[in-house]
Amino acid sequence: MFRVTRRYEFPASHRLHAAQLSEEENQRLYGKCNNPYGHGHNYVVEVVVRGPLDEATGRAVDPQRLDDLVAREVLAPFGHRNLNEDVNFASVVPTSENLAAEICHRLNRNWSEVFPGTWPKLEKIRIAETPRNIFEIRADEIK
Amino acid sequence: MLITRKVEFSASHMCRSPHLSEEENRKLFGLAANQHGHNYVVEVSLKGEPDPVTGMVLDLKELKEILNRQVVAPYDHRFLNYEVPPFDRVIPTAENIARDIWQRLEPDLCNQKSRLYSIRVYETADLYVDYFGEEPCSA
Repeated sequence: MFRVTRRYEFPASHRLHAAQLSEEENQRLYGKCNNPYGHGHNYVVEVVVRGPLDEATGRAVDPQRLDDLVAREVLAPFGHRNLNEDVNFASVVPTSENLAAEICHRLNRNWSEVFPGTWPKLEKIRIAETPRNIFEIRADEIK
Repeated sequence: MLITRKVEFSASHMCRSPHLSEEENRKLFGLAANQHGHNYVVEVSLKGEPDPVTGMVLDLKELKEILNRQVVAPYDHRFLNYEVPPFDRVIPTAENIARDIWQRLEPDLCNQKSRLYSIRVYETADLYVDYFGEEPCSA
């Protein structure tokens, strides 16, 4: 059994602000991340895939198909964007926790179209907002 | 407890299957069907308990010597497809390299105190593979 990890990067901006909280509470909770004009990160996303070897190709996953899926579902909608303007973050704060869940959900939802067989499976995604803040979610945590 | 030793080698390869046509190889492997090279990084992890006297799972000096002998010596600065069996008949993808390294190391690294746990092969910083041996596939 193999685990294949592919790493991608995209830059995006966001502002952490919860609509249910007051200005003061937001400021206290999120601090600098609540600054009204937003700020940005170079997000690093690792997509972790699990599967047995396809003896004919010597691979457990076709990286080109994975790249195409990630380009379409993650890099195009989120790269060089303001995450707060994305429809998925209209009512959800674009923290990296919520971003990780959204990315995992998007890959999971389109997985069987790109990889129709039993294998490979999406195992988890890991997102680094900065090299010091890292978030990880398993595909089976997505409802 | 897991202990990991990292080792690097530089090698060239091409990903193509002799059973496929030129066109099929191009379609499947793209540019990787051309001869090209990487600075491979390999992380070898062992699982075991520290020896009560030495405090070590395995002496990392000893592991380093095994890795140099079994991996670096045969792989470094070689064209894998031509010079390093089994890649004359097995496509040298990162997956197959991880499996070959596992097979080269396993005889030296399976004893009562510690055993091989995983082989991680970085083909680039953006693509790496973990291999855990021939455990049965589970969902």
